[in-house]
Amino acid sequence: MSERDQAPDDTFPKLFQFNARTRGGRVAMRHKDFGIWQSWSWAQAYEIVRALAQGLAGLGAVSGDRIAIIGSNRPYLYWTIAAAQCLGAVPVPIYADAVADEMAFVLEHAEIRFAVVEDQEQVDKIIQVASRLPALKAILYDEKRGLRDYDHAKLHALAGIIAKGREALGRTEAASQLDAAIARGKGSDIAVILYTSGTTGRPKGVMLTYDNLLASARIGIAFDGLTDKDEIIAYLPMAWVGDHVFSYGQAILAGYCVSCPEKPETIVQDRREIGPTYVFAPPRVFENLLTLTMVRMEDAGPVKRWMFGHFLKVARQWGDKILSGETVPLWARLHYALGNLLVYAPLRNRYGLSKVKVGYTAGEAIGAEIFSFYRSIGVNLKQLYGQTEASVYVTLQPDGEIKPDTVGKPAPSVDIRLGPSGEVEFRSPGVFLGYYKDPERTAEVKTKDGYVRTGDVGFFDAQGHLKIIDRAKDVGRLNHGGLFPPKYIENKLKFYPNIKEAVAFGDRHDSVACFINIDPVAVGNWAERNDVTHASYQELAADPRVYDMIASHVEEVNRALALEPQMQGAQIARFLILPKELDADDGELTRTQKVRRSFITERYAALVKALYDGSLKAHLNVEVTFEDGRKGRIAGDIVIRDVATESVTGLEKAA
Amino acid sequence: MTRAVSREVMLNVENVSLAFGGVKAVTDISFDIRNGEIRAIIGPNGAGKTSMLNVINGFYHPQKGTITFKGRVRRRMRPSEAARSGIARTFQNVALFRGMSTLDNIMSGRSLKMHANFLWQLVYLGPARREEIAHRKKVEEIIDFLEIQHIRRIPVGKLPYGLQKRVELGRALAMEPELLLLDEPMAGMNLEEKEDMSRFILDVNSEFGTTIALIEHDMGVVMDLSDRVVVLDYGRKIADGTPTEVKSNQGVIDAYLGVAHEESERWTS
Repeated sequence: MSERDQAPDDTFPKLFQFNARTRGGRVAMRHKDFGIWQSWSWAQAYEIVRALAQGLAGLGAVSGDRIAIIGSNRPYLYWTIAAAQCLGAVPVPIYADAVADEMAFVLEHAEIRFAVVEDQEQVDKIIQVASRLPALKAILYDEKRGLRDYDHAKLHALAGIIAKGREALGRTEAASQLDAAIARGKGSDIAVILYTSGTTGRPKGVMLTYDNLLASARIGIAFDGLTDKDEIIAYLPMAWVGDHVFSYGQAILAGYCVSCPEKPETIVQDRREIGPTYVFAPPRVFENLLTLTMVRMEDAGPVKRWMFGHFLKVARQWGDKILSGETVPLWARLHYALGNLLVYAPLRNRYGLSKVKVGYTAGEAIGAEIFSFYRSIGVNLKQLYGQTEASVYVTLQPDGEIKPDTVGKPAPSVDIRLGPSGEVEFRSPGVFLGYYKDPERTAEVKTKDGYVRTGDVGFFDAQGHLKIIDRAKDVGRLNHGGLFPPKYIENKLKFYPNIKEAVAFGDRHDSVACFINIDPVAVGNWAERNDVTHASYQELAADPRVYDMIASHVEEVNRALALEPQMQGAQIARFLILPKELDADDGELTRTQKVRRSFITERYAALVKALYDGSLKAHLNVEVTFEDGRKGRIAGDIVIRDVATESVTGLEKAA
Repeated sequence: MTRAVSREVMLNVENVSLAFGGVKAVTDISFDIRNGEIRAIIGPNGAGKTSMLNVINGFYHPQKGTITFKGRVRRRMRPSEAARSGIARTFQNVALFRGMSTLDNIMSGRSLKMHANFLWQLVYLGPARREEIAHRKKVEEIIDFLEIQHIRRIPVGKLPYGLQKRVELGRALAMEPELLLLDEPMAGMNLEEKEDMSRFILDVNSEFGTTIALIEHDMGVVMDLSDRVVVLDYGRKIADGTPTEVKSNQGVIDAYLGVAHEESERWTS
C-alpha cells in the first residue's frame, strides 16, 4: 500500500474501490457452488459491482430509489447492496423466510422500485403481492431454475443485467458518470434501511447512514484487532443488522474475506472447511452444536465416553482460566494440554472453530453452562449487547473480563445511562437517523438529548458490567407484589437441553405458571434410550415420563430462583407441555425466533385459564400452518402438572 | 406452462403379453409415450404396472408383441442395452449401494458414460482424470438440482427414506436419459416429501426435457403431474387418456372401488 492511497472514510462504494486498488488480488468473497469454493478477488468483485450498478441504472434506477434484496447469503446479493449504494440508491435487505404477506408490508412501506432476489421462491412471493406494489419496476433473480416460463416483462436474470452493464461501461461517458455518482456519496447519506422484525406491531425501517455504520464497524475492528487476514462465514439473515455490519460493513472496512455457504443446511460442514477466525452466532446455534455433541456422545463407546467426561471436567475447572490468562499450576496446564490433544481440539475442529480468534453471541441470553462449555474448550466466546438502532454495538465483553450472566461494558464511544424505571438508554455515533416514514415512533424511542431507549431493563454490577433482565414492557408484577420478569425465568428453563422454548405467565396473577416446548432432538434421543415409544411430537410431548423429566428441571429452576431475594416469589407453580413446536409460520415466534408473548397468550387463552383455575387438564384445538403454507388443526387434551416450590423459610432453616 | 410435448412417439408398446408359467402378468397391452410428456401408468395392486416397466427397460422379455423405442423395434433387449439407448429407471424399493455416499451412488450412474480403460483409471492420470472431473461436474449439477448438497458425503444407508428416493432419482438422472421410468417415486413418503418429489419430477421434465413414465398410487399426484394416463387392471389395459378422461371412466372407477365378484376372486386366487 503506497502512502498516497489514503483510505477514503465516508462511503462503502469508495472503500470498495479502495480495496480493489490496494488489495485487488486478495480474495474478497467465496461461495461454495457445485461442491467447490468459488472465489472472487476485490478487483473482480468491484468490477461486478460496477457492472451491476450500471445495469441497474440502465433499467432506470436512480439516486434515492429503494432496492430490496431478498435471499440467503450469496455474493451477488452482497454486491447488489454495494451496487445500489454506488448509485445513491438505498438497499433494503428483507428476511428471506418471510411469507408473502409479511414481505408485502415491507415492500409496500419502503416503496421498493427494484427487487433483487435469489430464486423462484422469492420471485413467486413478490408476484403474489405485485398488485400492492405500484412503484415496483423490475425483479432481478440470481438463480434461473424454474423461471423459464415466467412472463419476463418485469423479470430479469441478474447475470444478464450485469452483462448489459458491463457492455455499457465500455463507453467512457457511462464509466465516468458512474464514477461521478460514487464520488457524490457522502457519510451522512442513508446507507441502508433495515426492517426490524419487532416482537410487537409492524416492522420498523431503521435508517442507518454511512457515518453510523462506519463508526460502528470501526468500534468492532479496533476492539478485536480485525485485519484483512481474517475470515468469516456469512450465514445469518442479510436483513439482520449483525450480518450487515459483520459480513458487509466490517468486511469492506477491514478488507477481510467473507464466505457464503452452499446451502443453509450445509453450514456446519462449510464452516469446518473455511475455519473462520471471527464468528458470530445467536445462542441457538451454540446450543444446537452442543446438543448434537451430547446426543452423539450418548451413542459413543465406553472409552470415548469416559475420555470425553473426564477431560470435560478438567476443562470446566481450568479451561476458562487458561483462556483468560490467569495463573494456573503447571500440572493443570499439562493435563489441559493432553485434553486439548484428545478432546478439545477435535471438538473445535468439528464445530469449525479451530481458528477462531473471537466469537460473539448476542440476540438472546445464553445459558451459563453452554457459554462456559465453549470457553472451557478454548473458544474465545464473548457476549455483546446490541441493537439495530445502534448499528449493533452497545456493550461488549473485553478479553479477560468474561462473565456468563452479563453482557459486558459499554463499547468504546458508547455512553449508557439507566432511565427512571431501570430502562437502558444509550448514545453513540452509531445511533440511527430515524425510522423510515415514522417520525412518531422515532420520537418514542429517541430522547431529546440524543439517547435511544432500548426498552430493556437492566443494571450495572459492581465491576461496571451491564446485566439485562428483561424487556421493560414485559416485566410484570405478581399479585403479592413480587417482580415477574418472564424472560429471566424462561431463560433459566431453556438452558436445559430438553427444553427448547418456554413461555412464562404471572403478571397480575397469584403465581407463575408456564408453557414448555420440548426439544425434539434431545428428548427424542432420551426417549429412544428409555424405550419411550411415540409416533409424533404431540405424543412425545404428552408422555407422563417426559412430564416427570421436565418437572424435575422446573423444580431445579425453582431452587435457583429461591436463592435470589427478588425472585423468590417468581417460582413456577404449574406447567404444561405444548403439543406443537412454537413456530414463526403460526405467528408464535418472530422471524428471529423470539417468542411473541401477547400473541401466544391470546391464541392459547384456554390453556392459560386452565393453568390458573386449578384444573388438571385443558382442551386445545388450534390451527397450525405447515411449512408449505397449508393449514391443519391440532387438537387434544393437555395435562397440567403442579410443581413443588421452595419455601423461603425452609431454605433459611436448611442454611 | 409452455412445455414442449410433441405428437412424436418416443416409445410404442404394441400387443405385449407377458406370462410367468401359467400366470399372465400383462395381456395384449398397447400404448405409446410421446416425446417430452409425463405418462402415468396406474392400476390396483397386481395390475401389472411394474411388469410393464420391466418389459420396457428390457428386464423381462414379452412372449408376444413388440416394443419400438425411437423408431427401432426391439423384441429382446438386455437392460444394459436399454440403458445405453437412453432409458433409466428407479425402483419401487430403493436400490442403492447403501454403504456408499450420495456422491458415489450418483457417480455410479455415470459408469456407462466413462470411457477410460481400467488401467488409466487405476493410475488416475491423463484422460481418466479429465474424464472423472467432467463426470464429477455433471454429478454436482445433479446434486445442486436435487438440493442434496448437505448429504453429499453421507452413506445413503443412513439417510431417511425420502432422501434415498431423491438420491435414486439423482442416479437415474446421471445417465442423462431420454426416457425416465419411475416406479412409485412417492411410495412411503409424507405429504411434504411428496410435494418436493413432484416438484423435482416436473423440473426434470421441463428443465432437461426428459420424457417420464411413472407408476404411482397417489391419485392426486398422478392427476397433477401427468399429461396422459394409462390404466391397467389384471394385466389388461382398461383406459387410456388425459387425467380428466380417465377419472370419469366407469371401468376405472370400478377397478379402484372394487366390484364384488372380482374382489372374491382375488382372495381365493
